[in-house]
Amino acid sequence: MNATAMGSSPHDSLSGRVMRIWALVKKEMRQILRDPSSIAVGMVLPLALILLFGYGLSLDVKNIPVAVVLEDTSPDATELASTFQLSPYFHARLMTSMAQAQELVLTRQIDGIIRIRPDFSRKIRNGVAVVQVVAHGGDANRARIIQTYAQGTVAQWSIRREAQGQDVTIGPVIVRDRLWFNEANESRYFLVPGLVVLIMTVLGALLTALVVAREWEQGTFEALFVTPVRAGEILLGKVFPYLGLGIFGLLLCMLAARFLFQVPFRGSLWVLSVSSLLYLLVALALGLFISSTVKAQFVAGLLTVVGAFLPALMLSGFIFDLNSLPVAIRIITYVFPARYYVALLQTVLLAGDVWAVILPNLAMLAGFATLLFVLTRLGFKKQLG
Amino acid sequence: MFAAIFRIVALVRKELLAMLKDPRGRAVLFVPPALQCLVFGYVVNYDLNQVTYAAYDRDHSATSSEFLASLDGSGVFQRVANLDRAADAKTIIDERRVLLVVQIDQDFERRLLSGQLANLQVIADGRNSNTAGTALNYLNTVVDSFNASWWTTHGGGGPPIRVWARTWYNSNLETRRSILPSLIGTLTIAEVLLMTAMSIAREKEEGTFDQLLVTPFRPAEIMVGKALPSLLVGLSQSSVILLVAQLWFRIPFAGSFLTLYLGLVLFLLAASGVGLLLSALVSTMQQALLLSFLVAMPFTLLSGLLTPLSSMPEVLQDFSLINPLRYMIDIARRVYLEGVGLDRLAFDLWPLAVTALLSLSIGAWVFRRQLG
Repeated sequence: MNATAMGSSPHDSLSGRVMRIWALVKKEMRQILRDPSSIAVGMVLPLALILLFGYGLSLDVKNIPVAVVLEDTSPDATELASTFQLSPYFHARLMTSMAQAQELVLTRQIDGIIRIRPDFSRKIRNGVAVVQVVAHGGDANRARIIQTYAQGTVAQWSIRREAQGQDVTIGPVIVRDRLWFNEANESRYFLVPGLVVLIMTVLGALLTALVVAREWEQGTFEALFVTPVRAGEILLGKVFPYLGLGIFGLLLCMLAARFLFQVPFRGSLWVLSVSSLLYLLVALALGLFISSTVKAQFVAGLLTVVGAFLPALMLSGFIFDLNSLPVAIRIITYVFPARYYVALLQTVLLAGDVWAVILPNLAMLAGFATLLFVLTRLGFKKQLG
Repeated sequence: MFAAIFRIVALVRKELLAMLKDPRGRAVLFVPPALQCLVFGYVVNYDLNQVTYAAYDRDHSATSSEFLASLDGSGVFQRVANLDRAADAKTIIDERRVLLVVQIDQDFERRLLSGQLANLQVIADGRNSNTAGTALNYLNTVVDSFNASWWTTHGGGGPPIRVWARTWYNSNLETRRSILPSLIGTLTIAEVLLMTAMSIAREKEEGTFDQLLVTPFRPAEIMVGKALPSLLVGLSQSSVILLVAQLWFRIPFAGSFLTLYLGLVLFLLAASGVGLLLSALVSTMQQALLLSFLVAMPFTLLSGLLTPLSSMPEVLQDFSLINPLRYMIDIARRVYLEGVGLDRLAFDLWPLAVTALLSLSIGAWVFRRQLG
């Protein structure tokens, strides 16, 4: 990806190239060490983000505040109500007035109401007893969770009653499910690998985008162009130091994921390393490409957020299922490299070395890295002319 | 007084000119919010409209085929393969070709006909356990209706307890309806923070900040002159998103625009106040960019948009009390979906007012010291 086939002159000798690149790397490293903000991005940012979001982001359900409105005072009804109170998923407040519960929903002190009607115990022996579940739909996902867990709690109560020999029927078909790769159903297991992708994107793309855009803005790039240094060499001189910084951040993230958040590690280390290095290169190249195209810090910063960070968050399969997207949007997701790294990390960490997943995704990442470096290199050449 | 207003207007004009004179900068401010709103309106969705599964039918009976047909007919489940060996289940899940493997045991029909419980063994890919959970939830719904129709045709005890679920303000439980209103604040906060922080950092870096000092502007006027343009840009961005939500996604607006915009103004004041505070801490544009990004990221991710606030550790829940976006998301959802009035929004409005007031006055104080 650098310019080897450009004729021969004294400048083309290999040792000359290496020396020039090394000089650039040294200059860049001094600049990094002198500017506290690059150090902050390289080391403090990954650690701070993985700690903050590793603990902060969770889709696990516990202690959802709900009201149990008990309009029936029979032992059956109180028993069902206490099942809700004992459930780890709910933080249930017992009350007798539906109006009071509605007021609590409207002021958002509780997220749902479980109403046990006055005729509950009569109907349970004769007909169909209804447990009413009301959820606030402001957050639809949460509303669905409340309904599912409320149903589960009622089912649990029915099973217990049936075991006691009372007439409650479940079935005839019941689902026995098992969650592979994440038996404990911990959302952390898939959120933390996704976070690593997010942090590496920010680290790689934002850092290089800003640094290079600043050089364009301040005119130090044009100054470099009049030296014997080749455009491709400038590019490599930029990539190496930030690659080093990125690898350091990556290591911090992986160590935190493994030892702090106990994310399982079922694949092999070298697949993980190769795919992470490739993605880091893609992110760096993306930053270089953005900044050498727009050449202004403000615009480069915004573009990195819009073109790298947000797609890595939203279009990567990190949280949201990609198969449920409309086709037009699904096609867009293939343009952003984050989805390939998310697939790689989730598979290598949680499932193991599944080559049918690993190889195509690795190939896509390698393709992106090459494409972005070539594009950036072409953009550089135009500037020389 | 008039002179002060005149000066502020002049400053606001200058800021808006500086911001909008570059066509690229202009595009960056207005095109992404609209595009993002369109894309994220489709993406930010925990609903699944396609669940791929493989069937491992060991019973090969009329009943087991009937059950699988009811799965296929649900509109959500899509059968990708029929397995013959248990070992195939592992490969097909590992390679991500299916989300679920549904196994029907040999005695499925016999047990059902003899009135016994029949098990359905299901394996789900837990690499995204949230998606897997939703898929299992859908499967349970199909099983429930299969059970109900089995009882009506074959007799037997129906479930005497029926859970009757209803969702207020979103009766079809569409994630999109709750997400789009919250995007109004989410998509603007990063840009407002960035814009305010950068506008002062740029003046500092280029040395024009010192020139502002020798003008007759007072520090408070400079603050207002810097905060207002971001407020205006933020308001127009939010309006673009609001338009997309109503005209493209056709989500009915239940409340009053006046209430929503009052909330928005307070929110944007708070956000630009935070941006100004950040700009007081930095000396270059690059530091301003990084710092505002570092603040915008936790504000966005820990706002209750993607994951519920109550699932966070208590320390972080306390931290979110200073997050303006958290209140804006609540305001937007409640005004948009519930149509509540100002009286029910007090809980969200006063923290925003306090943040705006505090950050703007601390900012002015810091600048006065830097100026002095």
